[in-house]
Amino acid sequence: MALIRITSPHVHKPASTADIMRLVILATLPGVLAMTFFFGWGTLINILWAAFLALAFEAACIKARKRPLYFYLKDNSAVLTAVLIALALPPFAPWWLTMVAVFVAIVIAKQLYGGIGQNPFNPAMIAYALVLISFPVEMTRWTAPFMLHGEGWNVLGFIDTLQLIFGGWSEHADAFTSATPLDEMRHRGGLTTEEAWRASDVLANVGAWHAVSAAYVMGGIFLLYKKIFSWHTPAAMLLSLGAIATFFYLIAPDSYADPFFHLTVGGTMLGAFFIATDPVSSATSNKGKIWFGIGIGSLIYIIRTWGNYPDAVAFSILLMNLAAPFIDQYTQPRTYGHKAPKRGIKEKA
Amino acid sequence: MSIDYRKITLDGLWHNNPALVQLLGLCPLLAVTASVVNSISLGIASTLVLTGSNLTISVFRKFIPDAVRLPIFVMIIASFVTCIELLMQAVTYELYQILGIFIPLIVTNCVIMGRADAFASKNPVSASVLDGAMMGIGFTIILILLGGLREALGSGTLFADMHLLFGPVAESWKITLVDDYKGFLFAILPPGAFVGLGLLIALKNIIDKRLKERQSANAPIQVKETVSKRVRVTGQIS
Repeated sequence: MALIRITSPHVHKPASTADIMRLVILATLPGVLAMTFFFGWGTLINILWAAFLALAFEAACIKARKRPLYFYLKDNSAVLTAVLIALALPPFAPWWLTMVAVFVAIVIAKQLYGGIGQNPFNPAMIAYALVLISFPVEMTRWTAPFMLHGEGWNVLGFIDTLQLIFGGWSEHADAFTSATPLDEMRHRGGLTTEEAWRASDVLANVGAWHAVSAAYVMGGIFLLYKKIFSWHTPAAMLLSLGAIATFFYLIAPDSYADPFFHLTVGGTMLGAFFIATDPVSSATSNKGKIWFGIGIGSLIYIIRTWGNYPDAVAFSILLMNLAAPFIDQYTQPRTYGHKAPKRGIKEKA
Repeated sequence: MSIDYRKITLDGLWHNNPALVQLLGLCPLLAVTASVVNSISLGIASTLVLTGSNLTISVFRKFIPDAVRLPIFVMIIASFVTCIELLMQAVTYELYQILGIFIPLIVTNCVIMGRADAFASKNPVSASVLDGAMMGIGFTIILILLGGLREALGSGTLFADMHLLFGPVAESWKITLVDDYKGFLFAILPPGAFVGLGLLIALKNIIDKRLKERQSANAPIQVKETVSKRVRVTGQIS
């Protein structure tokens, strides 16, 4: 007769993948609202459209791979990928752009590698990088934060936005587009940063970006509180980016943007809290996560400042995804009672 | 020893296809196949070099000392490549400029070196020539497939600029699949070639699997493994 003895900790119910994914989707809500508030209906439409496509592609792939359909569809991971893609794309991205991105994310970056949990790269970032490389015109046509000016929401209503996304681009719509602050900073010509700040309309509206970043931080802190991910990756990433930016800003404030700018515009916060923390494609141990975060933070600064692309979150995360197995190899924690592992070149006995 | 010409042909075209199975010559395969015309011209050039080098090496195989065989192979291959390069310069100068460095780089194409070492240096002339031609054609077919795939996805056309290779007759061969196509840069860039080649390999594996199933349903035919040693850059070369 076996007596079942239950000891602490008394965990009532392990979190399922579906629960975690749902929480993460929930945590993007402040960011979604902020994006919608500043950049119009486009974000919401893109999210719905991307989620629909993601479920459709996922279902088709699972069917083709002869796996249980409902079991995989209900884990919400496809929807989360879709939401992240939609948040990363420009709010007025045409429908086919979203479709290509979601197809690449779900079919190529996820299912062809073996489905959930098997992808070496973050599917949303693969998709983003691919469309960024393939369609530079559409991808750099970011929306102006027109909500800040005058009539706000009346300027471009829901129906108009639908037409813009599904009907095709019209010259009329050019009034609602602008470069991103990172773009503006990157291509400021011979101006110093201070002159760029004074001269540029885009940089004058940087408040919208700060607000969106703050909303992502709120979502991230919620996830941290819910223990969906540990603090190591985002903290290491943000601190390293901030430290490097501070260093260069102190050396030459005229040629390098300030650290606050680097932390609060572009995809930094979205990347730090929602994408770099992806448990599948990031490093595993806490020490590994710190190195992983440092790598991302430094690469973001390097590519933003000296690379060809104004923003670099996607590329940095993908590059560090590539390095994650290597990091894991060298940061394997020591199990209790064992000696520190000897790695590298072995001494001759 | 009788030579199994059928097996050599099938190996070159399918079972041991240089691009799909041996995964050799990836550098030109991935870099050049952005359009059908590039693929065809590189394929033809590689096939000619491969056949010629196999022929020459097979003729002289008894005189080539084993210890210095690789430098000798390289010199033979290089002379053929030089011939092809001059020929292309004379006949299709524009194409020569488009393909640029990849024509001289045929020298380093592992398919050619691999076949020279693994086949031509051990087999009689007729078998070696056939092997070179079939390996070359197998390589060319994959180049063309990949080129077609990438050109269709990347630029929305097929057989564009064929007149560079076949003269003014071919100018009307261009098929525009989608009018006013915006272009899908990813397919033109090298990453697209990787994905495309991966899909082609997957397709071959599916076909092989189906064939095997059908074969095992009928009388099983044993396909003997080739005894040739593969060219490897790592590990021990026995």
